[in-house]
Amino acid sequence: MTNRRDFIKGAGAFALGSVLPFEAAFGATPLTVGVIYVGARGDFGYNQAQAQAAAIIKKLPNVKVVEEENVPETVAVQKTMEAMIEQDGATLIIATSYGYFDPHVLKVAAKYPKIRFAHCGGVWKAGDPVNITSYFGYIDECQYLNGVVAGHASKTKKLGFVAAKPIPQVLRNINAYTLGAQSVDPSITTHVIFTGDWSMPVKEAEATNSLIDQGCDVITCHVDGPKVIVETAEKRGAMTCGYHASQAPLAPKGYLTGAEWDWATPYTTIVDAVQTSKPLPNLMRGGLKEGFVKMSPYGPKVDAAGRANADAVKAKMVAGQYPIFKGPLKDNKGGVAVASGVTHPQTDIALESMNYLVAGVIGQI
Amino acid sequence: MGFAVSSGRPAAGAARLMLGVLPAVPTVCAFVGTLLLFSLFLLVQGQPATDALGLIVQGAYGSSFAWQNTLQRAAPLMLTALCVALPAQVGLIVIGGEGALALGGLAAAIVPQLVPAATPWFVATPLMALFGMLAGGLWVGAAGALRQLRGVNETISSLLLSYIAIALFKHLVEGPLRDPATLNKPSTPPLPDAMTIGSLPGLDVHWGLFWGLVACIAAWVFVRHSTKGFAMRVAGGNPRAARLVGLPVNRLAILACVLGGAAAGLAGMFEVAAVQGSANASMLVGYGYAGILVAFAARQNPLAIVVCALLVGGIEASGSLLQRRLGLPDATTLVLQGLLFANLLAWEAFGVRLTAWRTKLQAAARAGETSASLEGKHA
Repeated sequence: MTNRRDFIKGAGAFALGSVLPFEAAFGATPLTVGVIYVGARGDFGYNQAQAQAAAIIKKLPNVKVVEEENVPETVAVQKTMEAMIEQDGATLIIATSYGYFDPHVLKVAAKYPKIRFAHCGGVWKAGDPVNITSYFGYIDECQYLNGVVAGHASKTKKLGFVAAKPIPQVLRNINAYTLGAQSVDPSITTHVIFTGDWSMPVKEAEATNSLIDQGCDVITCHVDGPKVIVETAEKRGAMTCGYHASQAPLAPKGYLTGAEWDWATPYTTIVDAVQTSKPLPNLMRGGLKEGFVKMSPYGPKVDAAGRANADAVKAKMVAGQYPIFKGPLKDNKGGVAVASGVTHPQTDIALESMNYLVAGVIGQI
Repeated sequence: MGFAVSSGRPAAGAARLMLGVLPAVPTVCAFVGTLLLFSLFLLVQGQPATDALGLIVQGAYGSSFAWQNTLQRAAPLMLTALCVALPAQVGLIVIGGEGALALGGLAAAIVPQLVPAATPWFVATPLMALFGMLAGGLWVGAAGALRQLRGVNETISSLLLSYIAIALFKHLVEGPLRDPATLNKPSTPPLPDAMTIGSLPGLDVHWGLFWGLVACIAAWVFVRHSTKGFAMRVAGGNPRAARLVGLPVNRLAILACVLGGAAAGLAGMFEVAAVQGSANASMLVGYGYAGILVAFAARQNPLAIVVCALLVGGIEASGSLLQRRLGLPDATTLVLQGLLFANLLAWEAFGVRLTAWRTKLQAAARAGETSASLEGKHA
């Protein structure tokens, strides 16, 4: 190992290290942006969606991007943020994993008050360092549209959902997907399997197979990398709705459409604000209307009726006239999820602590 | 007489020197081999090998920032490597440190809920450490007991127990012990500020490094310079002979496992108290598994663990710089670690062949001692 050899050489290592010049960090005109991913950039999922946005800001004038992938939510991410600031001269850090926020981004942002930090998750609250902008998207709108398309395409009227953990974000997606499908045919059910963690490829493949064996003919998911699920379903001849990024290349036959992030919108806004020293809000959220989320192009198995229906709902969502969670809504244990006459607009904070599955979802939290 | 001594002494000195260097030979060869293969790998990939090697040094040890980066990453590895190295003294291969770390962290995170909020740190912190060490020690100790008392292979059982521990950790953190305020990242309630552990004075590295060093040194003294440690090594060398001379082999083996598990549990406690501020799934990133690499690289020597942990920590720190400067994927770091491990195993086999040479050298060194003592008598 290089390190060991040079380490044994002792002083030689120091000498070499100090001879190698650091790139000019300060006083340079280009803005250096450090982007940090929790998984692999090419995961066909969560991290790829962020990397696609990073690729777009890379092309902006006077912007230099340094990236690091597979950075765990430990001291490693704190050190990576500091290294980007100290070694690369980054003045904007984009920490893209939800779990980076507390305590890591909070700690480093407090230590470097002049550096801007962007975090994906939408979790900033009063009292946190003001140099943080936490962004997030209302992707349940896209999951609802996924459901509409799936509702039209499904023959068995049974949909499959492979989910990581029963946390509010995930439950909201499962519910929106189910409500979308039920808007086409109220008898449709969604069968959910929780794998227990964000990246469990083996369990995800098993879950997909098991759902297909149970008769589900459209599969979707909320895990970090939907690659294995989409590939498995394609192999089995089932249809899929994507998540995070487009998985269309993995399933040319069965890919219907997908709920994708469009992080280029917040990224370019944040980069522009930092370059022009404009103030930034601490929370940035948006849905289809604001361009924070988008749908994958329709695949070959989506019929004309499905397209027309989904496009019509989408137009209403963009116009702000299509709340997803509207009473009366029952949960799948027979209780009341949303009371009659109550409508939760997309921005309602109550939706962020969702702790139920709607009627028609087969599965438990 | 004088003639014999003057020719014998330098030869004996050289022999003694060689004896000292010999154990390091396979390791050094492994590092050089890794370096050559990694350079070749980079060249084949069309990457500037010399730049990359320079960046590795710069990222790991090239500045005070780089050193702190390396030290910080190395801290938990020292403790989790002990979880492999201590049972190895009695001939057990335990690879379940990750589970001990998980339960140790969880046990530590429970302490603030059991003691009054006003408990001073000098009571709470040692209590958290104790809870963490107990939980880790019991878990790995169980693997040792299964091996000694029931004949269950400890390598398999420790790994499987580790999976159970992680499942238990997740169940408790996401269920009964979850702080209801943590919605999308299930965690235990945050530690009160007074019970968190800060940085070493003047450094941006937490106290886990200090205690990792203390644990490694203590383990070395215990293994090399205590009766019990000696008994453990005897039991590891030949359990039947050890039983024959009346050593309590079972108790020694279980004790080694408990101590190793306690070290990993302590690592978990520091992850909770010094890094995460609560127990949650973010702390389970494979420190327990990386500890296996460190312990084998150190050839189960507790002092060498310190050096090897710094190396692996350094590889991680420089992997970060490689990604940012050359745009290499993270897998580069894995290739580097993989080459290192493969080389260590390959050269370990070569080390066995050195034994014959070693015997000759020992004979030469003894010859020197004899002539020297003779000279002393005559003088």
